[in-house]
Amino acid sequence: MGKKVLMKGNEVIAEAAIRAGCKHYFGYPITPQSDISHYMAKQLPLIGGAFVQAESEIAAINMLYGAAGAGARAMTSSSSPGISLKQEGISYMSCAELPAVVVNIVRCGPGLGGILPAQGDYFQAVKGGGHGDYKMVVLAPASLQELYELTVEAFNIADKYRILTMIMGDGNLGQMMEPIEFKDKEDIYEANKSWATTGTQMKREHNTVTSIYIEAEVLEAHNNKLQSKYTEIASKEVRVEEYNTENADIIVTAYGTVARILKNVIKNAAKEGIKVGLIRPITLWPFPSEAFARNAEHTKAFLSVELSAGQMVEDVRLAVNGKKPVYFYGRTGGMIPTENEILKKIKDILEKQGG
Amino acid sequence: MAVVFDRPHALVDVSMHYCPGCTHGTIHRLVAEVLDELGIEGTTIGVSPVGCAYNNYLYFNCDMQQAAHGRAPAVATGIKRVHPDKTVFTYQGDGDLAAIGTAEIVHAAARGEKITTVFINNAIYGMTSGQMAPTSLVGQVTTTSPYGRKPELQGYPIKVSEMLSTLTGAAFVERVSMHDIKNIRNAKKAIKKAFQVQQKGYGFSIVEVLSTCPTNWGKSPVESLKLIEDKMIPYYPLGNFKGADLEV
Amino acid sequence: MEHKIIIAGFGGQGILSAGKMLAYAGMLENKSVSWLPSYGPEMRGGTANCNVIITDEQVGSPIVNDATVLIAMNTPSLDKYESWVQPGGAIIVDSSLVNRQIKREDVTVYYIPATELAEQAGNSTFANIYLLGKLIGHTNLIKPESFEASLYQTLREKYHHMIPAEMKILRDGMEYK
Repeated sequence: MGKKVLMKGNEVIAEAAIRAGCKHYFGYPITPQSDISHYMAKQLPLIGGAFVQAESEIAAINMLYGAAGAGARAMTSSSSPGISLKQEGISYMSCAELPAVVVNIVRCGPGLGGILPAQGDYFQAVKGGGHGDYKMVVLAPASLQELYELTVEAFNIADKYRILTMIMGDGNLGQMMEPIEFKDKEDIYEANKSWATTGTQMKREHNTVTSIYIEAEVLEAHNNKLQSKYTEIASKEVRVEEYNTENADIIVTAYGTVARILKNVIKNAAKEGIKVGLIRPITLWPFPSEAFARNAEHTKAFLSVELSAGQMVEDVRLAVNGKKPVYFYGRTGGMIPTENEILKKIKDILEKQGG
Repeated sequence: MAVVFDRPHALVDVSMHYCPGCTHGTIHRLVAEVLDELGIEGTTIGVSPVGCAYNNYLYFNCDMQQAAHGRAPAVATGIKRVHPDKTVFTYQGDGDLAAIGTAEIVHAAARGEKITTVFINNAIYGMTSGQMAPTSLVGQVTTTSPYGRKPELQGYPIKVSEMLSTLTGAAFVERVSMHDIKNIRNAKKAIKKAFQVQQKGYGFSIVEVLSTCPTNWGKSPVESLKLIEDKMIPYYPLGNFKGADLEV
Repeated sequence: MEHKIIIAGFGGQGILSAGKMLAYAGMLENKSVSWLPSYGPEMRGGTANCNVIITDEQVGSPIVNDATVLIAMNTPSLDKYESWVQPGGAIIVDSSLVNRQIKREDVTVYYIPATELAEQAGNSTFANIYLLGKLIGHTNLIKPESFEASLYQTLREKYHHMIPAEMKILRDGMEYK
């Protein structure tokens, strides 16, 4: 480990990507993630890579398609409205099995909405915002150290499974600064990319990167292959943090920066003798259902806290499967719940549960 | 005995799916001949469009990527930035390039992206069954302009070559036609030069090829070739708009 | 020890950079730190604020809505954040620019004409340093030497000649009664 540096979240993403071997980045300006572009524009030309400011989010994701199809580790980033525009390319890349990283520093919607932190893009990210049956691995870091490590990991997962990986954060994660300790050397998954379009050199059959399969039998077979890949990922790549869950009267859950507010709440609740546990999904897809199912055996209730009108809570309910009540507390529009608000909600629930 | 006519190596030996009288097949051959003559098949990556030529990755022997509708110039940009030493081309129709992909082609040209675009202008959407294209002529009857294209309702056809040639980043712009042997030879010369312009690093190059769509035009192949000459060329004049003097 | 700090004022008063220098100094002392800015269209000329947390434990949420210390460099910031300070906390006000008294009685208050004092010392843009000095003096949050080291490490070399003057202002701020 090197010495600590104080960096902004967005810059951490860019630096981590470069450390992971990403030399090609395509972006379009949108608040609150533009620092990623600024960093890439400065650094990539110095290491023989390329930064392209695309004419649109649509162009940027399609440049990513080309670069990933050409065998490079590449990335694009945006914020919610821009990610909506990228859905076309995300679906195409998923079908063509192109490995790459897409960053979404989420802001509040719907529509142009506002620029403040939000988590309203959960459905879009994990249920498939584009057309067809596909999945992305979605990583939701809560601290900048984790943001760094998961960004590197995002490239490894992408290459390992030939899948798109999304880093999902919010404006606070992108804008805040925390000390980071970078490793001297990253663990890079070395993928065999013999499928990539790098020029045949007249030495092999020509490669094709495509997402079109006109014949039904062929497309179904391709879909089955994608689905079995997703099944494998779901069994191997779940990441979750459990905190204080043993003997917890109630388990709260949140991802990203909201989970950090919950940790404060847990501390405050303990002072009042209330035992609160936390399940923090780190992969939003695959969702850590097992952690919820297991803890449903002993805890009295669950509370999902989100910067949305209630999205992840649906997956929590599926995982808990009716064993215990699942409650929801959310703020939208860029409003952030305070520790006191959440603690009050917890007390209300426990009173209802007779605890 | 000497072989005087053979399939170019860059063209795969399969039968193509195009309609009788369609000029796509010939244009594919011209591109493949150019790849052979320049000796660049092994270092070229092509991008297939959406439209009738959507699966021409089956026909070219070089590496190919298939792009979303209109996005081929963006995909090509991604490829070229990863492999600046390789030759990258897109093959796009008029709906793909001049409607849904207008932003992508304009900005690839504006950036002077070192790629080559072969632009097939047959004034109609072929694959989706004969709708009005951005290049459909005034008065042209299509499935979405059943009373003929009316300027007061549907505006005027876009002259892509003229428009792109105003951009500094576009190094080579030429319009050619497929309606007779002489013009087909000219078309090949222009396509070859466009690839050479890319190799020399001058910037973006595009060849607009006036082509037929007998099926959706409702004409015979011969009538279709005549229609290019009589109707299209008067509105879309042939010739070089930019880069004729570039040394390659 | 844990301090949750809000620094607020107009854009251009060095609000965000004051917070960064503080967080950086905390990091140099191996404390857990976070810095969270307000961001968006108000960046130029409007209000600016940042949240800084410096703690011996792990930083939880980087968001501060129960501050131990507030530095208010204009009246709108004081109006907005006065009620966000914990009972027993401190409010440090640039009285050159804030034209009213604090209403609360459960907090320690320092009125420092920082902009005027910094001007007298030769550079009005150091008002933020003056107030940071008081923050450090009041809380003993970090050592002034760490702050000095953070200046040397974060400022570009062409500004290093100004650091002795900044440190003098910081120490004056620490001792301001």
